[in-house]
Amino acid sequence: MAILRVAQPGPYATIQDLGRFGYQHMGVPVSGALDLMAHTTANHLVGNPPEHATLEITFFGPDLEVLAPVDIAVTGAEMALTINGAPAPQWETLRVKPGDRIVFGQALSGCRAYLAVSGGFDVPPVMGSRATFVSGAIGGVEGRPLKAGDLLERGAGELLDRPRRLPWRPLYGSEIHLRAVPGPQEECFPEALDTFFSVPYTVTDKSNRMGYRLEGPVLARDSSAPKSIISEPSVHGNVQVPPDGQPIVLMVEQTIGGYTKIATVVTADLFKIAQARPGDQVRFHPVTLQEAHRLHRQWRDYLDLVREAVGAAPV
Amino acid sequence: MSGPIFDPPRFKASGDTVLLVELGDAIDLAVNEAVRALTERLRWDPPAGLKEVLPAYRSLAVVYDPLAIAPQVLEAHIGDMARHLDTADIPPPRTIEIPVCYGGEFGPDIGFVAAHNGIDEDQVIALHSADSYHIYTIGFAPGFCYLGGLDPRLHTPRLETPRTKVPAGAVGIAESQTGIYPLPSPGGWRLIGRTPLKLFDARRRDPFLYQAGDSLQFVAISPEQYHALQAEEEA
Repeated sequence: MAILRVAQPGPYATIQDLGRFGYQHMGVPVSGALDLMAHTTANHLVGNPPEHATLEITFFGPDLEVLAPVDIAVTGAEMALTINGAPAPQWETLRVKPGDRIVFGQALSGCRAYLAVSGGFDVPPVMGSRATFVSGAIGGVEGRPLKAGDLLERGAGELLDRPRRLPWRPLYGSEIHLRAVPGPQEECFPEALDTFFSVPYTVTDKSNRMGYRLEGPVLARDSSAPKSIISEPSVHGNVQVPPDGQPIVLMVEQTIGGYTKIATVVTADLFKIAQARPGDQVRFHPVTLQEAHRLHRQWRDYLDLVREAVGAAPV
Repeated sequence: MSGPIFDPPRFKASGDTVLLVELGDAIDLAVNEAVRALTERLRWDPPAGLKEVLPAYRSLAVVYDPLAIAPQVLEAHIGDMARHLDTADIPPPRTIEIPVCYGGEFGPDIGFVAAHNGIDEDQVIALHSADSYHIYTIGFAPGFCYLGGLDPRLHTPRLETPRTKVPAGAVGIAESQTGIYPLPSPGGWRLIGRTPLKLFDARRRDPFLYQAGDSLQFVAISPEQYHALQAEEEA
């Protein structure tokens, strides 16, 4: 059932879900929502399971015309959301009806918002996922970002009896603290490791779903260390250091790489970098693997807490 | 198995959910076989908490749920398996024929490759399609193969300025590597030919034509054959 017509697409809005697993070793990256906390919460707010597809909206737009009654929720970046011209809240369920106009303004904090609809966006699953992977032209709407005139359908799912809301929201500041486990090639950077973990790096505008390119003091490798290694699988959160010494935090659209990785951001902090904007300052803090696993447990507990606070059923 | 295989494997954390298992430190057939044998063992007999196994050249990434298994337990499990690897676990390698129309509009850089190596274009074709190439690993783009064994008489540097658009199926050379672009993309490889086959097609029952461990055999075809095969692929 078509529920939304795209009047204006905005610069980059794609259908995403939890990701496409099982094909990374065939060169097909995981893709999926970059901020999984915001994606999952948006789904909870309209009564969907976490794996349902949402719309990931980058920086601003789109302008959507409602074609059928449906519950929606917008989470993630604060986007100056309006419905029929009136400011509308994020992080809670909104009921919209045919003829309504949902308009996303400029991101005021964070850079990626997530729009969930009852039943999830219904696009054909490709290799087990609805996530859009634009350079592979698969998933989402014809493997591409939205364009004007697209009709978006939803899957089966009841509208809610009463609205849900999250009583708090994450803060996306312009100073971002990322905890990271050194490695897998930290030994290539015996001296630069101190720099990496003490000096702020600036997010550049060459940042996207493949990686966040940062700018700051050059991370020099040891004179005996190789410039590159035999290509190995890439991991969401790996901080790779190309020969120019400027770190790149890998996101979800790379499967393999031959650059050395100085550290890897912990799962619990991946959403923070996903919401970073050009010009933001990033500071890295070292944690042991054991500490990272404690943080991982806290993170999963936090996601459960969010689900309970919203009033959604256990997954 | 022989070869410079690490015994025991080297383990490295790649963040809080991935254990990198290194079985060697070289691009080497025996190491690569060990990677694939261990991948098969782990997929056949996964410990609780193991989510994915992603093989590459000489290492594999093991994705796990840290709430379900401790890395030390996972390492011990993998260490045990690595002691008893058997090439019989590896799927029998196949040789996949890749028809290529060399030269002309299909391979605009073939003249450069020939001149750079002091041979003629027919020799480039003969050398490039002589022996099959082992697929060490797949990555970078869907279905993009990292191949071994390009004849040294074909080694050619990349373009000074990459093309903004290389068509799907383009066959190229970059330094000591040869490969095929599965999808249209920018690229700096010297293009010597093009295959009409779709290396990646998500609509097919099997989106891929091969897997790591198989070999590719290039077969020279005429422009007429190229167009006929392309029509079949589109059908």
